[in-house]
Amino acid sequence: MFSARDEILARIRAVNRASPVPIPRDYERTRTVPDVLGLLDERVTDYKAIVHRVAEAQLPDRIADRLALRSVSTMAVPSDVPPEWRVPAVTWLPDEPPLPLAELDTVDGVLTGCAVAIAETGTIVLDAGAGQGRRMLSLVPDYHLCVVRADQVVTSVPEALARLEPGRPLTFISGPSATSDIELDRVEGVHGPRTLEVLIAT
Amino acid sequence: MGVRNPVTWLGSPVFPKAAHEALADTQLRRNLRKATTTIRTKRAGVVAELDDWERLRQAGEAIKDDVLANLDTYLVRLEKAVTARGGVVHWARDAEEANRIVLDLVRAEGADEVVKVKSMATAEIGLNEALEAGGVRAVETDLAELIVQLGDDRPSHILVPAIHRNRAEIRDVFRRGMAEEPASDEPRDLAEAARRHLRRKFLSAKVAISGANFAVADTGSIVVVESEGNGRMCLTLPETLITVMGIEKLVPSWQDLEVFLQLLPRSSTAERMNPYTSVWSGVTPGDGPRRFHLVLLDNGRTATLADQVGRQALRCIRCSACLNVCPVYERTGGQAYGSVYPGPIGAILAPQLAGDMHDEQAASLPYASSLCGACYEVCPVRINIPEVLTHLRAEAVRAKGKRTPEAIAMAAAAWVFADPKRYEAAQKAGSLSRLLARDGRIKRLPGPGAKWTDSRDAPAVPKESFRAWWRKNHVQRS
Repeated sequence: MFSARDEILARIRAVNRASPVPIPRDYERTRTVPDVLGLLDERVTDYKAIVHRVAEAQLPDRIADRLALRSVSTMAVPSDVPPEWRVPAVTWLPDEPPLPLAELDTVDGVLTGCAVAIAETGTIVLDAGAGQGRRMLSLVPDYHLCVVRADQVVTSVPEALARLEPGRPLTFISGPSATSDIELDRVEGVHGPRTLEVLIAT
Repeated sequence: MGVRNPVTWLGSPVFPKAAHEALADTQLRRNLRKATTTIRTKRAGVVAELDDWERLRQAGEAIKDDVLANLDTYLVRLEKAVTARGGVVHWARDAEEANRIVLDLVRAEGADEVVKVKSMATAEIGLNEALEAGGVRAVETDLAELIVQLGDDRPSHILVPAIHRNRAEIRDVFRRGMAEEPASDEPRDLAEAARRHLRRKFLSAKVAISGANFAVADTGSIVVVESEGNGRMCLTLPETLITVMGIEKLVPSWQDLEVFLQLLPRSSTAERMNPYTSVWSGVTPGDGPRRFHLVLLDNGRTATLADQVGRQALRCIRCSACLNVCPVYERTGGQAYGSVYPGPIGAILAPQLAGDMHDEQAASLPYASSLCGACYEVCPVRINIPEVLTHLRAEAVRAKGKRTPEAIAMAAAAWVFADPKRYEAAQKAGSLSRLLARDGRIKRLPGPGAKWTDSRDAPAVPKESFRAWWRKNHVQRS
């Protein structure tokens, strides 16, 4: 008896298939824009995230400001974010050992870095690398504060994919969780973090 | 053919009959018109932003053609990559086999409830019903799928299965199906109601089931594109993840995704990028599910591949742009097509996957089109839908055989057209039909002609044919 695998492969091989055509790759791999950080700011904002441009040295102050403004008291955080990001006046819960899911569900928010950001589409990509933690960390809390460094920003989707390692678990985030399921009208805020705040550090 | 393919719904009427009923529903037409107009405008805007849109379409088409030409090689490559990263790959010839594999996997985990990410492949094979029959409850977590499930309804759109419902109707469905009723019929409140309803389920689910938008053969990476975060919940929190994907969902290399991650969101939800895209390869220790199963589904795809014209339907990335521009879909809605795949793509995909042109309902689908070509123009992978529609119409006629009234009428017409004298005599006879006309239109033809005038008026035939007029006025010239 044939296994399903053998049979499916045999069915495919029995078909007279067209010889492969060369794939035209004359689409734009990168695009030149005068102000890539400005574009990222505009596009992330366009998808209803809150965006701030901040000098690298000012990061801790801005993090403190933002959290104070939201009256945040507990924040989850990957254990390897730069220590100065863990500003006082907030209880930080590092994910080491891994926070139980139930606890993660009660924190006010999460602070992470990112791997890459795509200006043209207003997208931030997390790859579970340095300062980002495992995937559920940036998913379960209702507020996600994300730091993007200027050197992590690219213009286009092809440039971003070239920088990423496909074997890692990746999450592309473009604005807060949203739905278009009711009358095809976009509404922000369903299951993922309902507030996404981005600090672009230069 | 063995068991019936559930891609078309058992007991659905043929398209013209279903369309006739749907057209009488003015609420449905209002809902559809509003939704499709909104999305069409938005899509045009984000597509116009990219100067290289046409080049991206051509690349998308070529990549998918390459996948189809080397499908066996790429599937084996994908299997190897997924296995190397700790995943388990299963193969399923048809719906029944896929359903059995999934049910057995869920039972092995000891779960009696699973959370699901919206997936066309699992809808196509009727997985929820099969799980239910096996004592497992499948909870749909996508907002629109939840609306359909709680309303005990059927989907009507690939991307937005509840597009036929407006906010007031959705509020009623939620009131009946949820413990806590929504605060109002504002989309924001309805989304909030869904969030509360599903939160506990996400946090406690042991098994999740998903589809896949893309699978990268080289790396074994699976891609799921979504908006709400329900996908991320299902793909990240449970211990076991089962993904069911059609064998054509492959792309050869990681780089190929750069084309589709631009084409899909702009064509689908008309966004530069959808809110969330998840990519994973096998199992990552300490991050996400500990067990990953990938079910590779044929269910009519290899048979579709065998059709040189029809196989281009396998390029489809399920964006649903063709539905949103289709004048037929806009008026009848999706349920009239009697399949999880409605609209222009459904009209060519459903009958091919079903693989039985003797099935009246499936054979009626290629006629659900005016052949205007708008679907071809927006298709991100350039599927020539009108070409496949006419090809499948020919198949449908062939399947009917030579003794149908249509075949006899066509044979008679061929006999008439073959001889100028017969043709002229027929024209004269035809001009008598003007006696049935009022103000130049015929509202009802007698006999078999009534089938034509059931759905449109026929113009009255003029008193005098062009040939007769020419003879009278221009004979002397030469």
